[in-house]
Amino acid sequence: MTRTSPVIEAEGLDLTFQTNDGPVHALKDVSLTIGKGDFVSFIGPSGCGKTTFLRVMAALEQPTGGSVTVNGMTPDEARRSRAYGYVFQAAGLYPWRTIAGNIRLPLEIMGFSRKEQDRRVKDVLQLVDLEGFGGKYPWQLSGGMQQRASIARALSFDADILLMDEPFGALDEIVRDHLNEQLLALWKRTGKTIAFVTHSIPEAVYLSTHIVVMSPRPGRITDVIESPLPQDRPLDIRDTAGFLEVAHRVREGLRAGQSHDD
Amino acid sequence: MRSALAVLTVVAALVAFWYAACVPMNIRGTLVEVERAGAQVVPPGAAQRRGMGAWGLIARNGFAVPATWAQERPRLPAPHQVAVELWNTTAMKKITSKRSLVFHGWVTLSATLLGFVIGTGLGILLAVGIVHSRVMDMSVMPWAIVSQTIPIIALAPMIIVVMYSVGVQGIVPKAVISAYLSFFPVVVGMVKGLRSPDAMQLDLLRTYNASNAQGFWKLRLPASMPYLFASLKIGIAASLVGAIVGELPTGAVAGLGARLLAGSYYGQTVQIWSALFAAAILAAALVGLLGLIERVTLRRMGMA
Amino acid sequence: MILLVAAFLLWAFGWWLNVRLASGPLADSRAVQLLVAAIFGITVLAVWELLVRGLQVPMVILPAPSLIAVRFASSTDVLWADFVQTFLKGALCGYAIGCGAAVLTAILVDRSEFLRLGLLPVGNFVAALPIVGTAPILVMWFGFDWQSKAAVVVVMVFFPMLVNTVAGLRETSQMQRDLMQTYAASYWQGFFKLRLPAAMPFIFNGLKICTTLALIGAIVAEFFGSPIVGMGFRISTSVGQLALDMVWAEIFMAALAGTLFYGAVALIERSVTFWHPSQQG
Repeated sequence: MTRTSPVIEAEGLDLTFQTNDGPVHALKDVSLTIGKGDFVSFIGPSGCGKTTFLRVMAALEQPTGGSVTVNGMTPDEARRSRAYGYVFQAAGLYPWRTIAGNIRLPLEIMGFSRKEQDRRVKDVLQLVDLEGFGGKYPWQLSGGMQQRASIARALSFDADILLMDEPFGALDEIVRDHLNEQLLALWKRTGKTIAFVTHSIPEAVYLSTHIVVMSPRPGRITDVIESPLPQDRPLDIRDTAGFLEVAHRVREGLRAGQSHDD
Repeated sequence: MRSALAVLTVVAALVAFWYAACVPMNIRGTLVEVERAGAQVVPPGAAQRRGMGAWGLIARNGFAVPATWAQERPRLPAPHQVAVELWNTTAMKKITSKRSLVFHGWVTLSATLLGFVIGTGLGILLAVGIVHSRVMDMSVMPWAIVSQTIPIIALAPMIIVVMYSVGVQGIVPKAVISAYLSFFPVVVGMVKGLRSPDAMQLDLLRTYNASNAQGFWKLRLPASMPYLFASLKIGIAASLVGAIVGELPTGAVAGLGARLLAGSYYGQTVQIWSALFAAAILAAALVGLLGLIERVTLRRMGMA
Repeated sequence: MILLVAAFLLWAFGWWLNVRLASGPLADSRAVQLLVAAIFGITVLAVWELLVRGLQVPMVILPAPSLIAVRFASSTDVLWADFVQTFLKGALCGYAIGCGAAVLTAILVDRSEFLRLGLLPVGNFVAALPIVGTAPILVMWFGFDWQSKAAVVVVMVFFPMLVNTVAGLRETSQMQRDLMQTYAASYWQGFFKLRLPAAMPFIFNGLKICTTLALIGAIVAEFFGSPIVGMGFRISTSVGQLALDMVWAEIFMAALAGTLFYGAVALIERSVTFWHPSQQG
């Protein structure tokens, strides 16, 4: 699925958790290549290993077999060279820091100069449409604004890769549509490589260049769908025949994975 | 399993530290004793040693180290000395004897329990009143909260003496101290517990048109149980401290507090330490017992 | 007899006033809440005064509040000296040393899961013990002056503070720790930027509990021997001389010191943990 040079490459990835009820195959023989500038969504029922896969890329989990490289390095080296920004399901902003302070957090840890910190905070606040909110505390903002701030935090140190784990899962439909639109615009403007975990079919189809369909027990990839949709995607593209066809293929893929399971 | 091992390791480390601490604490006294017994001490004579540090003395008189764990009146008795004293004064003495720690422990325990029962009972009653009466809530509750920040134990000596002067003595004055020390934590904790049901649960009862009393018995009281037990554990510990402190000012002859005081008058350090450990064991047993009742009760109620 | 009737009437009036205020339209305002509590307190004091005078209770049993107030006003120099000895020297020194040592220990313990597993139950156990009982031992070791009182306070506050701090340093979510890991943050970066701020509500909870413990420790330790100054010393000797007005004046002093100490810590807490939900009610 590469049009461009590969950024993330997984080959025969296995991950088995030891639990009290015996071993759980979170990932089994997962191979995937993500090219530069791709927007790849991972979709599947809970337990299919989509979040685990993302955490392996981020070196938050260690695979028990196979190999994975990020920017040609092991995930842990990539983590240490700060190659990616990670967005979690909840905003997870520190309540004792202002929005600007939260965005500054990774910059402080990575040792940017004070002047550079100020400049970058200002830039990313603009990028996520939060100018003027830098001095507010997280608990003074709505859920959608908090999640935007957490995306700004992941963007602030300008890594080429953005790993997003159901970032809009806890938000309501209207806010979600709005943020999807903004995320797409941001991706186009910055040309970042994005890996995006979701359990919403419309969201996956609307955002992605590639949709990876996964199924559980053991967690594995059942289908990779390349989206034929154009780069420019207004929200009402979701009512077009082309969109619905892709959505249909994703749904079929999910169902196939399900029947295999029974 | 791992945590049991960890706890044992920490306890073992503490005991080892205790033994090690005995050496510098007791070395001077020990050297005086062994010198009197005819041993060669460097440098000879207590006056010569006055200016020297404990570690220097240990380095030059290594042979005396075991003796630091066996003094009769050490500054810091070794763990086994305390253990032996505890054993001798509990298992080896008749419990009616004035030298039995069981006897002294019972004197303190009976006052603690009487005071605890009175204090808790009144505390729960006041909490119920506060939750159901807005006037009581607004009048009394701020003072109950403030009382938590005040060392009200300072009242103890006065209560003993005043009650003595009106002819009340024995268990009652100590129980009064125990009672008021456990009273306030129980009031504050119980009010919090009775208020713990959230708005949705209260609204549900309102849709049933339940009476206040039904709301109390079916929702507020069961919901308050975890809070009640938490404050009972604080209360019983406070009660015990109250009873012990209540034994100090009158020169009482019985009770763990009296043992502490007598030990400190006569320099009987082993006696102080064993009384202290007896009090600690008593406190641990009482809190542990309440914890057990808590677990059984909450499990019966399906809350744990 | 007239005084007794007056006491009864005053009580009834105070209660009636509070009922009116508590069911009035402004009952939720802060001013009225303070007023109701104040009316209750003043009524109790007035009834106490009237009853003591009416029943002619002897001073050695219960002195009237007015007598206590007179005694307080006329012996401020003695009370101040006692306050300096017991609170500033004994309690405050011990509080600072004990809490500081506990926080440092907690930071050490926090690096090792094994130590934490072992020390937490031990700490919880020790925190429930009657530690004031160590007072005679520590008086024997550190002498009669304030150093032994500070030592008692150190022992009393150490374990409650340790348990609270250790619990606080654990108070981060998996997600917050993962975030730090994605930044490849070092241990101390994670500590200062995440875990220490997140622990602040717990640390302050411990600090507040310890204010009361510190005063209790300093006062009770003086019952086991002290120089001829100090709040605990004054209480025990005045009780012996049946000078109960002095005892009550000293207790009032202790109450004042305790409340102000607690209030000061609570005030600092509010400015440090302004972000915590408990501070936004």
